[in-house]
Amino acid sequence: MNDYALVNKEFFRALEAGELIGSKCLDCGEFSIPQREICPFCHSTNIEVVTFSGKGKLVAYTVISVPPVKMAQAGYDSKNPYCVGIVELAEGPRISAQILEMDLAHPEAIAIGTELVMTTIQREEDGVQKAYLAFKPA
Amino acid sequence: MSKSKWSRGVAVVGAGMSRFGAFPDKTSRDLFVEAFKDLNKNMDKALDPKKIEAFYLGNFSSDQFEKQAHLAPILASWLGLSPISAVRVEDACASGGVAIRQAALAIASGEYDVVLVGGLEKMTDLRISEVTEALGTAADTQFEIPAGFTFPGFYAAMATAYLHEYGADRNAFFDVAIKNHKNGALNDKAQFEQTIEQIMEDKKARAVQKGRPEPTWKTDLEFLQDPKGNPNVAWPMTLFDCSPVSDGAAMALLVSEDLAKQFSHHPIYLIGSGQASDGALPERATLSSIPAAEKAGKQAYEMAGLTPDDIDLAEVHDCFTVAEIMASEDLGFFPRGEGWKAAMEGKTARDGEHPINTSGGLKAKGHPVGASGVGQVVEIWKQLNGLAGERQLPNAPKIGLTHNVGGSGQTCVVNIFERRD
Repeated sequence: MNDYALVNKEFFRALEAGELIGSKCLDCGEFSIPQREICPFCHSTNIEVVTFSGKGKLVAYTVISVPPVKMAQAGYDSKNPYCVGIVELAEGPRISAQILEMDLAHPEAIAIGTELVMTTIQREEDGVQKAYLAFKPA
Repeated sequence: MSKSKWSRGVAVVGAGMSRFGAFPDKTSRDLFVEAFKDLNKNMDKALDPKKIEAFYLGNFSSDQFEKQAHLAPILASWLGLSPISAVRVEDACASGGVAIRQAALAIASGEYDVVLVGGLEKMTDLRISEVTEALGTAADTQFEIPAGFTFPGFYAAMATAYLHEYGADRNAFFDVAIKNHKNGALNDKAQFEQTIEQIMEDKKARAVQKGRPEPTWKTDLEFLQDPKGNPNVAWPMTLFDCSPVSDGAAMALLVSEDLAKQFSHHPIYLIGSGQASDGALPERATLSSIPAAEKAGKQAYEMAGLTPDDIDLAEVHDCFTVAEIMASEDLGFFPRGEGWKAAMEGKTARDGEHPINTSGGLKAKGHPVGASGVGQVVEIWKQLNGLAGERQLPNAPKIGLTHNVGGSGQTCVVNIFERRD
């Protein structure tokens, strides 16, 4: 148990502290990320917030050369692309995140199944530095 | 056997569209009027607008694209239809297909007999990064977009899952683009009324004109494989894997089945319809297919009492080339993992066993997002009535299907139409 509440914004407060949180249904045992007040599997409200191990594996990815406004502000463009993907956590659920330390010149060589570990990346948004979820090779 | 629970049947008695493209000199109202005039021109019996009882508009985000919300009553007024009920329907890029379904349900309920459905989006007034941002609001803006995802990125991620799961050849995606541009080249409403070969030859000619060395591409496939001709957007989706940013409007007139012949000598009938929803991409058990599309398709087939092999042609949501391949499997035209081979073998071409996107699809015809689902119905209406000109399918097709997806698959709506002799 940790002291995070079930509301959405706590996910980002935890991220600033370097923690990856979600929820576990105490009735059916399923994990969710981000945390849910109502279990999407069995509709139970008997839920607790959990801290994930941060270990996972890559299940899908892309290397983006045409970024949206905020990623462009963070310095990404066609000459400086970035990798984003979907990570399956060791505990089961999946989450979208930036994937660091990949060979961006050879996207075809990035391997689905790569073991990853959670980290954060600081990006500036509207003049404020914020921590964003990222993963890197384990 | 049909298993329709609708109280009465619904027919499409007219359809029309503006040209799709980039029109800096036109506003959305101009495009809407253009579509209405095209619908009137296409109808074989003159339409009395006073007979229209309700209006449904498929529109994703005029708020963001034009800083204009509450668009349905404005457009109804612009056509002189006030004070009829005017409703805007928003389900991202599926807004048009959902508007068709909502209008049909309103007729099936008995509330209205005659309903106009419009689809509209005016996207090109914003810069490309702003368009990307606006489209991104159709995804989960708390947990997906901050990770760095874009819409090409979502479909690219699904493409990597598909390539990995089935050992598919990435060139299959290019074959979808080549095929859809070949169809679009025969559609005078298409944004790209050009084959990829023609686009390649234009680029070569421009290079020579500017005194640069002529690129050495010999075939359209070579051109697509060269990042200098076809740059990366979100690997493995390249520029020519993506549908364009577009302006456009499309329209269909729906009436109750018993009134159909009063409005047209050649109505087509909406005999199957289904719709399903889903969570964001990471919440799904599979990333190599779109579960909501499979569910919506099954509902529509069951209502119509048909199977995938009964479908003579389909307009599917090819916002990105991989999406067409997944759709061809989600709709049951090909087994799982076989769609990419079918695309490479020409099975989805106009002369193939399952013709897909004879209009050019979103890829070549253009993708003004709220209009796309209604634009699909325009093509089915033309093909079933033998009005598709040079791209007309032979052998008098009888059954057509539309498949319209919102977001990365959070919404999918499938409608099936039938011509009766």
